[in-house]
Amino acid sequence: MELNLKKLKPYGDILDDGVVQVSFTLPVEPSAEAREAAIQLAQKMGFEPVKVATMEKAANGFAFFVIYGNLKASVDFTQIKVLKVESEKRGRDEIDEIIRKHIGRKLVVLGACTGYDAHTVGIDAIINMKGFAGDYGLERYQWLDARNLGAQVQNDELLKLAAAGKADVILVSKVVTQHNIHVKDLKELMAKAARLGLKEKLIFVAGGPRVTHPLALECGFDAGFGVGTKPSEVASYVVEEYLKRHLPEAYEEVTGKKASGARKAASKPAPKARSRKPTKPIRKAKPRRARARV
Amino acid sequence: MAHLALNQEVIRRCRELADRISRPVEEMIGSHTTVAIERATLRLLGVNGALRQGGQLFPQVNLIVEELRKAGALERGALFWVVNGMLRKKMPLLELAEQAAGRKLDLLKLPLAPEAEIRARALELCQAARDRLVAQREARDGLRAEVKDPFDAEGRNGPLLYVIVATGNIHEDVSQARAAAQAGADAIAVIRSTAQSLLDYVPHGATTEGFGGTYATQENFRIMRAALDEESRRLGRYIRLTNYCSGLCMPEIAALGAMERLDFLLNDAMYGILFRDINMKRTLIDQHFSRRIIALSRIVIHTGEDNYLTTADAIQNGHQVLASQFINERFALNARMTENLMGLGHAQEMDPEHPDVFLLEIARAQMTRDIFPRSPIKFMPPTRFKSGDIFYSHLMDAMFNFVGVLTGQTIQLLGMATEAMHTPLLQDRWMSIKNARYIFNGARHLGDDIEFKRGGTIEKWADKVLQDTLRHLEMIEGKGLPRAIEERAFAEVSRTEGGGKGFDGVARRHPAYLNPFFDLL
Repeated sequence: MELNLKKLKPYGDILDDGVVQVSFTLPVEPSAEAREAAIQLAQKMGFEPVKVATMEKAANGFAFFVIYGNLKASVDFTQIKVLKVESEKRGRDEIDEIIRKHIGRKLVVLGACTGYDAHTVGIDAIINMKGFAGDYGLERYQWLDARNLGAQVQNDELLKLAAAGKADVILVSKVVTQHNIHVKDLKELMAKAARLGLKEKLIFVAGGPRVTHPLALECGFDAGFGVGTKPSEVASYVVEEYLKRHLPEAYEEVTGKKASGARKAASKPAPKARSRKPTKPIRKAKPRRARARV
Repeated sequence: MAHLALNQEVIRRCRELADRISRPVEEMIGSHTTVAIERATLRLLGVNGALRQGGQLFPQVNLIVEELRKAGALERGALFWVVNGMLRKKMPLLELAEQAAGRKLDLLKLPLAPEAEIRARALELCQAARDRLVAQREARDGLRAEVKDPFDAEGRNGPLLYVIVATGNIHEDVSQARAAAQAGADAIAVIRSTAQSLLDYVPHGATTEGFGGTYATQENFRIMRAALDEESRRLGRYIRLTNYCSGLCMPEIAALGAMERLDFLLNDAMYGILFRDINMKRTLIDQHFSRRIIALSRIVIHTGEDNYLTTADAIQNGHQVLASQFINERFALNARMTENLMGLGHAQEMDPEHPDVFLLEIARAQMTRDIFPRSPIKFMPPTRFKSGDIFYSHLMDAMFNFVGVLTGQTIQLLGMATEAMHTPLLQDRWMSIKNARYIFNGARHLGDDIEFKRGGTIEKWADKVLQDTLRHLEMIEGKGLPRAIEERAFAEVSRTEGGGKGFDGVARRHPAYLNPFFDLL
């Protein structure tokens, strides 16, 4: 059998078998009726046939199921379009060298957890010397002047510091997502940046466990990075974006891509073509669990 | 149980240093009070009502104590003014509290009764309050004796299975807690709503909305304890209840926990300073009084050193954890707690891909067990390296459970496969309990049947951490605790003595400060 990307299905051990595993709990005692209810629900999910791998009593009045089924549905993989950060992943030495050679000065990066967010784990992983998963933080880059402003930095304060410190890049980390506070704070920052005329001058990057690239774009940012992002991925994006905006020839030399839509000079920012609208509305994220340990 | 050959002289010196570190702090504690201590004092006497103002319920104790604070009158102790009011107005306590809270009465404008009379009446009230706490403690001990109680501080019965619930709605929490107990959990923590630790009051009544957790209130404590009493009787096994005694209301949460028969309280001498940016003096003064209440009620505390391992590297920072445990132990002893009540905390948070990581984790867990042999050790699960790969995460928890049972940990907070995703679903908790029961049963006596190789990797690592701890404590002792904290002695966090929240709630005591609880607890 040959892979048909126009009708892509999950893979178990035979192409197009459509095998899916799913687990859930029903708020009823385990019983023959409960099992049948689980089967019917799985059928409604589009599985055929349905195998109940196990039905367990999770507590009085609760039955837990693990189910395997064969999914009938498929998707056309050739038609899929996703908004994502397009920069090539580069190493620290290469990034430093690109900045040295083409920009000739350190890029100034300011990072913070904004609003009342006190969870610095994300911004620390990206900026602090030590970095994350063996990938050194931005502080370690010779040609980046990266500063971590820490937690609970208010949007006004951040923009003031950015203007005063001639920042090239702003990194904002948002971990707390209750009542979509992360979206509100991110949008507010960009609205204020626009009023101060900073929106087009600087590169704005958002990050966090519930931040995606489309979400960041919707909030007016230039890019968004989710959980597990390494510092070098952020640095790779930042340096490419800077070249694309300010040094299109260098951008073409480094990336081999045309800097289409790139502006010629930072002093005269052309209105940015914002054709990158997310295709889907933001889904309401469940508040991330913050285990209060004491 | 296999033990590590640790240098006992170094351990003794660490304890001596912790004692020396605590001395100047104890002097400061003895000469100050805080709004939270004064509120807790009134709560112990029974002032637990609230007043509706603009659609919100304000605790009476806050309204009363805030008036006294603003007038600079806290130095005599809230009790002094309240008892004087009772004598002058010939009014029972609760009626007086209601009037004072509602500003129908100004406690500071009444003529003063003779000092001796005030003191005698205050002592009477506090003695009655103490008797009530003792009665609650005995009622709790009675239930533990009536059903089977699996708890042993030294961990001889294997780790206690400890899980959290966090729905935000106390009634939903009850369903989740019952389900967890039925699946095999021995202890249930009701996670608090995010940032409750920064509220300078304890919310009132039963609550059904919270963010990432459920508010700690007296009524919520009562509702959950009643449900667990019932479940304990039904299952024939005592189920413990945990809440969080940190933040700006440490003494009050301790008071409410004692009144409502809580079993465990998370309570750390320095957590609020480091992780909540609460003023250093405020936290140190508050922790002492909270622990005095805890000591009388024989609640087991859980200290928060596990947090050091989530914010800083777990392999490099073992010595900070141990140094903090020595300091927490000392402050607890100074508050008249006994070792069997000190649940010293740590966690399995090392990078899972580090070579031979389990040798280091076993070293860390075993040395904690061996250095604090009479204390219930609280072992926290991996969180930092958990990801959306729930299958790998479940495996990490299995190894965590293995280390826990092998090294005789007392209280094992079970990890969740979905740790990185959401507050636990009922099925997540069930799966996690099944994981723990399997491993705790299968390896129950493994620790009795092995011994650690003398001079092997595990023992050498433990020795290194112990030596580093000694140097760290020497550094802290040399600088004094406040400056050491300012210079990032713990968790790479810097705090200053005058900084942080709640500093304005600290007051120097007058020589005639009145609070008989300091003698009675």
